[in-house]
Amino acid sequence: MARVLVGVKRVIDYAVKIRVKPDKTGVVTDGVKHSMNPFDEIAVEEAVRLKEKKLASEIIAITCGPAQSQEALRTALAMGVDKGIHVEVSGPEYETLQPIHVSKILAKIAQNEKIDLIILGKQAIDDDSNQTAQMTSGFLDWSLATFASKIEKGEKDVTVTRDIDGGHEVVTLKLPAIVSADLRLNEPRYATLPNIMKAKKKPIQKLSPKDLGVDTTPRIKIISVEDPPTRQAGQIVPDVDTLIAKLKEKGHC
Amino acid sequence: MLTQMIIRKLFNLRNANKRNNLKLSQRCFSSHLPELTKNRYSVKRGNYAVLTEDHKQFFIDLLGSTRVITNPDECLSYNVDWIKNVRGYSTCILKPKTTEEVSNILAFCNDNRIAVCPQGGNTGLVGGSVPVFDEVVLSTSLMNKIYSINDTSGVLVCQSGCILENIDNALEEHGLMAPLDLGAKGSCHIGGNVSTNAGGLRLLRYGNLHGSVLGLEVVKADGEVIDLLSTLKKDNTGFHLKHLFIGSEGTLGIVTKVALQCPPKPRAVNLAFLGLQSFEHILRTLKRAKQELAEILSSCEMIDASTLDVCTDNLKLKSPLSQYPFYMLIETHGSNNEHDQEKLNKFLEDAIAEEYILDGTTTNEINKMKHIWDLRERITEGYTKDGYVFKYDVSLPIEKFYSIVPAMREKLANEDTVRISGYGHLGDGNIHFQVSAREFSQQLLKKIEPYVYEYTSDLRGSISAEHGIGFRKPKYIHYSKSSGSIKIMKQLKTMFDPYGILNPYKVLP
Ligand SMILES: Cc1cc2nc3c(=O)[nH]c(=O)nc-3n(C[C@H](O)[C@H](O)[C@H](O)COP(=O)(O)OP(=O)(O)OC[C@H]3O[C@@H](n4cnc5c(N)ncnc54)[C@H](O)[C@@H]3O)c2cc1C
Repeated sequence: MARVLVGVKRVIDYAVKIRVKPDKTGVVTDGVKHSMNPFDEIAVEEAVRLKEKKLASEIIAITCGPAQSQEALRTALAMGVDKGIHVEVSGPEYETLQPIHVSKILAKIAQNEKIDLIILGKQAIDDDSNQTAQMTSGFLDWSLATFASKIEKGEKDVTVTRDIDGGHEVVTLKLPAIVSADLRLNEPRYATLPNIMKAKKKPIQKLSPKDLGVDTTPRIKIISVEDPPTRQAGQIVPDVDTLIAKLKEKGHC
Repeated sequence: MLTQMIIRKLFNLRNANKRNNLKLSQRCFSSHLPELTKNRYSVKRGNYAVLTEDHKQFFIDLLGSTRVITNPDECLSYNVDWIKNVRGYSTCILKPKTTEEVSNILAFCNDNRIAVCPQGGNTGLVGGSVPVFDEVVLSTSLMNKIYSINDTSGVLVCQSGCILENIDNALEEHGLMAPLDLGAKGSCHIGGNVSTNAGGLRLLRYGNLHGSVLGLEVVKADGEVIDLLSTLKKDNTGFHLKHLFIGSEGTLGIVTKVALQCPPKPRAVNLAFLGLQSFEHILRTLKRAKQELAEILSSCEMIDASTLDVCTDNLKLKSPLSQYPFYMLIETHGSNNEHDQEKLNKFLEDAIAEEYILDGTTTNEINKMKHIWDLRERITEGYTKDGYVFKYDVSLPIEKFYSIVPAMREKLANEDTVRISGYGHLGDGNIHFQVSAREFSQQLLKKIEPYVYEYTSDLRGSISAEHGIGFRKPKYIHYSKSSGSIKIMKQLKTMFDPYGILNPYKVLP
């Protein structure tokens, strides 16, 4: 049975309307509702299902971030994860924490915890980097399948169906391996009250990047964060003829 | 940020979004049209004018041809109610944009004795919003301007045809929210809500519209505009006339503008969905919730197992819990999430430890909360897929809240029904109770009515807690109102609308 590691990130809830900070250094996060990154939730669900099928022995969830990030860990624990690791990174250090740092942290923990399978969300919906799974695989030199829509675990390998343009690709990876989860992989469960209560008693280990020997000096500089351009208001025309005339006028037909 | 938008779309797609459904199903009139009301029920057409070409021409001159609908296909959706219980055959739908136009229409109809059926979002559940015969429909759908929102006082002023959800979205930009919320919010109009005194899911916390409506502008049957559009919280000058129009279901006047007192949008919202063994346990949980969640409790709803099936079987929604005889939704609104969550969790942990509740889930993630609310808000829609729904909405003393369901099951044990079940606003003592059958049957109707009303009346309950009287219940109003009060209602009706052109055949016996 495999030891599984999942990454969970606390991000602005996807149902919240995003506001850019006036100084364009980022988006407003104060007082804004946060939740677990939806793709990470899918990763957690998949790991829990593996455990329920007796294909995984232990699931560890890790989060990197400030104190509040523990909320995401608690959610993961309530869904069925066995143990949490909170790598505390806060303030300005967290603002410039980048996929390369997170990947190094993940790689280190995977080694320390003798992990066989890492399942990560394909990307976090706040910075949209889609790099962490790939970089972690690079640091560990483990095989990688991104954008998984189906995971079947064998004795020494894992077969992954990947969502690709215009269809699916099925790949088999030797363990240890890394898989990144896409939207269609599963529908995450709701944590039930007894499990939420049990989760409170599950251990959360606290670490710092330093404990893991990871240097978090930023590699990328954010120059400006801006709103997407607003769409121009439409125009209502009285009939089809006017529509065609207008389209011709603008050279569309 | 971009993914944030894309994912929102994807997730919504995956969960086949609800609001659209509501709007769609409202417009989608397939083979299952109800029989014409005039044939199904024994009603006699009043002595109103039959619409002539000249009448229609007057309306066209007033509104222009695009705002006078006469094409039978287009008229159809205005003639059938949302749960397809009743059908009229109006051939003229009017869509004014201003108070002045409403006034001109009514003055003309009053002079010519043309009967008028006021219509908002046509989501009413008692057959009040559609014509019984050929009444002209006055639809407020184009009266959708929001005039002002005051961040400090929380007062919103708008036209009566604004859709509740649009109002709520506009208020959100100001850190406020609408004082009421109901499953029909994507379609119902604020004027319709006012006219039915709609209750909804959070009445328990935010009170009813008699409290949150500060002012109204109303047009009387003769076209006179009455300005009651106060935006003041306190105003004790003379009789409080606005209250007459709140809940009078379009029989005393047409509401054209509304001033609403709106509460701040809560910063912290939490929702629990619980599974319970019996109604006894529900009562105990309610009592505890009131004591322990106290000021943050914002909603307390119950659903029985058979009702939840309409969501899971008919609408293919997923329940986060396995199966239990009863379910509860408990919601909190507050300003500090840590505080609220701690309170809610403590309450739930105790309840589980003491075995009030068997299982449950809690969340404050926006979309998860929405999915759980869907299980409550889409029940009415889910029910329509059973076939014909006999729908009742009664207030009962809280201990007897659920008793009507087993009583009805016993009474109808030998009848051909699909489902007999109950759910509703537990915190307000208001149960929605229904019998569904594959199709309408007089025999079944006779078994249910007046039995339900007698049952309710014997317990000193109300035969219509929030949906109103409409077309379906005038002859039963006496089960809840004394003859003295009905007499005064009739006198008021005559005073406001001497020729009875406004929503005839409705409300009063
Ligand atoms: C899915 C669903 C959930 C619901 N949930 C609830 C609930 O929780 N609580 C509750 O109380 N009700 C509920 N209802 C019923 C409720 O009465 C209506 O949804 C709503 O209040 C009616 O608004 P409307 O704009 O659709 O009015 P309509 O249905 O168009 O009209 C309702 C009545 O008001 C009159 N009317 C409409 N507009 C005006 C106006 N401007 N001036 C004068 N008269 C007017 C009509 O003639 C009619 O008699 C629900 C309905 C549905 C379909």
